[in-house]
Amino acid sequence: MTDKLSKTDAAPRDTSTAMVKAEGVHKSFGSVEVLKGIDLEVKSGEVFCLIGPSGSGKSTFLRCINHLEKINAGRLYVDGELVGYRQKGDKLYELKDSEVALKRRDIGMVFQRFNLFPHMTAAENIIEAPIQVRGTNKAQARERATQLLERVGLADKAGSYPSQLSGGQQQRVAIARALAMDPKLMLFDEPTSALDPELVGDVLDVMRDLAESGMTMIVVTHEMGFAREVGDSLVFMDDGVVVESGHPREVLTNPQHERTQSFLSKVL
Amino acid sequence: MTADIDKTVGTPAAGPETIKAIPVRHYGRYVTAVIAIAILVAIIYAFGQGKINWHAVPDYFFDDRIMTGVGKTLLLTVLSMLIGIVGGIVLAVMRLSKNPVTSSISWFYIWFFRGTPVLVQLFLWFNLGLVFEYINLGPIYKDYWSDFMTPLLTALLGLGLNEAAYMAEICRAGLLAVDEGQTEAAHALGMSHGKTLRRIVIPQAMRVIVPPTGNEVINMLKTTSLVAAVQYPELFRYAQDIGQNSGAPVEMYFLAAAWYLIMTSVLSVGQYYIERYYARGSSRQLPPTPLQKVKANLLSLGRPRGAMGA
Repeated sequence: MTDKLSKTDAAPRDTSTAMVKAEGVHKSFGSVEVLKGIDLEVKSGEVFCLIGPSGSGKSTFLRCINHLEKINAGRLYVDGELVGYRQKGDKLYELKDSEVALKRRDIGMVFQRFNLFPHMTAAENIIEAPIQVRGTNKAQARERATQLLERVGLADKAGSYPSQLSGGQQQRVAIARALAMDPKLMLFDEPTSALDPELVGDVLDVMRDLAESGMTMIVVTHEMGFAREVGDSLVFMDDGVVVESGHPREVLTNPQHERTQSFLSKVL
Repeated sequence: MTADIDKTVGTPAAGPETIKAIPVRHYGRYVTAVIAIAILVAIIYAFGQGKINWHAVPDYFFDDRIMTGVGKTLLLTVLSMLIGIVGGIVLAVMRLSKNPVTSSISWFYIWFFRGTPVLVQLFLWFNLGLVFEYINLGPIYKDYWSDFMTPLLTALLGLGLNEAAYMAEICRAGLLAVDEGQTEAAHALGMSHGKTLRRIVIPQAMRVIVPPTGNEVINMLKTTSLVAAVQYPELFRYAQDIGQNSGAPVEMYFLAAAWYLIMTSVLSVGQYYIERYYARGSSRQLPPTPLQKVKANLLSLGRPRGAMGA
């Protein structure tokens, strides 16, 4: 796979304000090409929304950013550093698992299906990574967990197991769990898609609050209202390519591309 | 639960009227219970009639040799299962590893030890002295193989290594049963492979692993009776010895059977509580303990009108 990465690009650290930068990112699963050359830039402190029909590759792209998926071609940078590889001269070296893990510490991820650890209480879910990965002492981690649970409006649920929480509560615990690692970037993979409509609002409120605090966020979503209100930039993807991008209000109210128009006419 | 309904009987209906219906009568239950008890009595009577000296059983039940045998059987079970479980987890992780060398080694191990009878394996370990005359671990340990391979060690290796192959398959099934999203979530938090496995995946796999493992423990307890063949005396061997000396061989088989039954029963109860422990978080309410279940069943049989609505 490494050899397919183009070797023309010789500038590994060129981004000063970009938190994430993608240059011609390709990704295939077997013979199916899911990403067909993605170019985009996410600035620090920005709320960046990815929209598009299912199967358009938005979730795959998100997963490439913290190297849950390996890209086949192109370059992907987070905070100016190449994702998954190290460049020496004009050669690329795959990073070891431990090095990849080191970089993932700083990128929080929230999943569509929450993926809370079911054998741990809400508080234990939150303190797990700080203690195991960062080596934070238990008392400190617990204190932080209490703060975070308060922040997501679940101060009274510290001792509850995920199965005792509603979907919306689980997702808010999942956000708190990601925040406990003090990430510089948060990835949201359709965080409200698996929720009852009633519960979506609570999760979006937490995300809005997070956006206001200046967190860099990349959000794959179908919540156009959230994108319009909170988003700083928006990208419409279809069939593995970026079809249209710009400020959310512009793209959503006045889409230029025919494909974008037809998609938005169905979801809005 | 019953009290709720009984209380409302006399009081005027303040809220919605409680339903007071005559529950369905299960006459079939009484009939089958009577038949079952009759058959049981017939069997007991038949055995009582037989030419068996039943007094020999209580006479020797707590005999010193029997107690030593019980102890050794338990020791052998626990140690062999420890080897089996630790080995099984290691083999399962190896088998699922991306590294083709370790996964092949694990595959080969399981293929060999699962594919040969444990009694044959016991004899092989016992006679391995024909292949290795000495055991030589450099400066640490050096001895004749026959001195090194005591009956206990033979039994442990034979039972434990065989068990590891079975446990490996059980553990593998458990590890595969854990949702992929759990590993992803742990990795996304920056946890290493090892930590993810130890902290996230294995604790959840335990829920799937424990029930068949309990089965394996019970199986192991009974399989230990085979090691009499490699000169390690345990419960069955002692019972046989006593039987031959006292002239009550069959009686001693009954005695041994009773002891095995007692031990497996105790183990079953233990298994239940371990399962209950690992079920935490996966269900909203823990299942009832055996005692609670028995209580509920007795109530439902004895009080056909007592609405066990719950």
